[in-house]
Amino acid sequence: MTQTQTTMAAATPTPKTRKRQPSREGSPQKAGWFARIVVLILCFLWIVPVIGLFLTSFRPRDDANETGWWTLFWTPSAWGRMSLDNYSQAIDQGGLGNAFINSLAITLPATFIPVLVAAFAAYAFAFMEFPGRDFLFLAVVSLLVVPNYIAFVPILRIYGDLELAGTFPAVWLAHIGFGMSLAVYILRNYMATLPRSIIESAKIDGASHFQTFYRLVLPMSVPALAAFAIFQFLWVWNDLLVALIFVGPGDNAPITVALRNNLMGQAGAGQHLLTAGGFLTMVLPILVFLFMQRFFVRGLTAGAVKG
Amino acid sequence: MLKILNALITVGVGIAAAVVLYWLLDRLATSLGGKWEQRVKPYLYILPAYAALVFYLVYPAVQTAVFSFANATSTEWVGLDNYTDLLGSSNFRDTLFNTLLWMAIVPVVTVAMGLAVAVLADRLSPRWEKSSKTIIFLPMAISFVGAGTVWNLVYDFRPPGREQIGLQNAIVTALGFDPIAWLQLSDWHFNSLLLMVMLLWAQVGFSMVLLSAAVKGVPEDTLEAARIDGANERSIFFRVVVPQIWGTVITVFITTLIGVMKIFDIVYVMTNGTANTNVIGLEFFNQLFTNANNGRAAAIVVMLMLATVPIMWYQVRHFRREESMA
Repeated sequence: MTQTQTTMAAATPTPKTRKRQPSREGSPQKAGWFARIVVLILCFLWIVPVIGLFLTSFRPRDDANETGWWTLFWTPSAWGRMSLDNYSQAIDQGGLGNAFINSLAITLPATFIPVLVAAFAAYAFAFMEFPGRDFLFLAVVSLLVVPNYIAFVPILRIYGDLELAGTFPAVWLAHIGFGMSLAVYILRNYMATLPRSIIESAKIDGASHFQTFYRLVLPMSVPALAAFAIFQFLWVWNDLLVALIFVGPGDNAPITVALRNNLMGQAGAGQHLLTAGGFLTMVLPILVFLFMQRFFVRGLTAGAVKG
Repeated sequence: MLKILNALITVGVGIAAAVVLYWLLDRLATSLGGKWEQRVKPYLYILPAYAALVFYLVYPAVQTAVFSFANATSTEWVGLDNYTDLLGSSNFRDTLFNTLLWMAIVPVVTVAMGLAVAVLADRLSPRWEKSSKTIIFLPMAISFVGAGTVWNLVYDFRPPGREQIGLQNAIVTALGFDPIAWLQLSDWHFNSLLLMVMLLWAQVGFSMVLLSAAVKGVPEDTLEAARIDGANERSIFFRVVVPQIWGTVITVFITTLIGVMKIFDIVYVMTNGTANTNVIGLEFFNQLFTNANNGRAAAIVVMLMLATVPIMWYQVRHFRREESMA
């Protein structure tokens, strides 16, 4: 998920304010067979590998490593041998249980802390006048595309000196730094679309900036806050590189690192454990994604949908 | 469990600390009173965010550039040696070429496929549209390590005679051919292409969601006008729809391009760069950890950074144009 970090970034300010009656799509009689079949085939191709993983993760070792998962469809007896053993083995021996908790411990602070910090900056950029504002915001825009690779060598040295390497705060802070430009960017663009009259009238009523921010702007920005939070959650949870560099293997390793180091590669644990481990890494982000999809899509397409 | 508790406490303390910090900064500004309050307050509001950006992106950019002219342990200047050594090695040139290949193929295909799916799914009934989009979008939630375990079951190879458990080889052997070691197959960079398929699998949904929203945002009257003029659906699409969603097309293209330049996980997990699949993201990691060579690792990052400068310039220009229109 590394690549999508900048993604939503550039995405947010897409075409503005065009709205149209929902007349063209959604008319089933217009759905040609061609469209239906192509979409069906694509969906099939997209989902089949995941189904294979899911089924394999319950199969006993010999079945999983000696026969394809699709043979299940014509060997009914193999279904009876399926169990949760792979999961308990991956969680205990594979160390994925501990790693799952580490992932939560890394992801939660790295998701929620930057939101508030960014919201304050976004408020200043959206509602306050000050010299250098445009320049400072353009600097944020240009930092969106800076690859986080540039941080690794110098920050690793600093972490080494401070004995921070391998700890949770090391990754928390790094993810806060890496996610900040995106957060400020999204929130500021969203706040810029809030009706100014409301903020003006709050000012006339004698509200300070601090009060306006808390009572008005923050509650009104919830869609954008949620969109960024989901995005950052997926990004941090799925991250491998930052975790490898700043945490590394060991007691504090998140689940992506543990899966790679304990079950893949030379460790070569066999398909039964690999698939169970793989599913463990993806179950939480998939749930978050499915339940929050509406928020997420709304945030992604904010610019395009606003009317 | 203790760790979860710790994390929750950190979230709570972190947010509380941020609130207190801003409250203090706000007080500080207010205590200045009058004109100074209004002058200073905006800067205090953006200060913490900017501090994070400066410490994690701006300062390291400068420091990395400096390290790229020093030796492996950053203790001695070596001039341009890191750059000339890297560019002089044929391995690194292959790595560079592979990365360029990813950059040339993945963004274009992502946009094209995303647009195709968006337009096709648009014609289905709302319920089918929603489910099909969810399925295509779903892999975006999956890490590349997780995707590696998924795609292992597609690309797996067993020597001839043994039962194949990889989907592709099962099909190939069912058709009567010998199984193929897909990820070792470096002719025509075929193995790199297979790794790109994994990225497409993860990325197309994102492209589809953005482009679909853009297509739906095209005003109906422009389409009507074209229809009245007797244009067929194909030319309406290319002459009326595509120009109006071009901004989104470029957006998706750029974000995918930047992602591809930094690609690391897929290659690290699937082949670890063997069989000529190496990319510069992975090469950086190997220089930093396997070879413990700060200088070379930094030089690779500087090259990466230089490659993003035109994109950065474009991004800023694009943003200013959008703003002036708003």
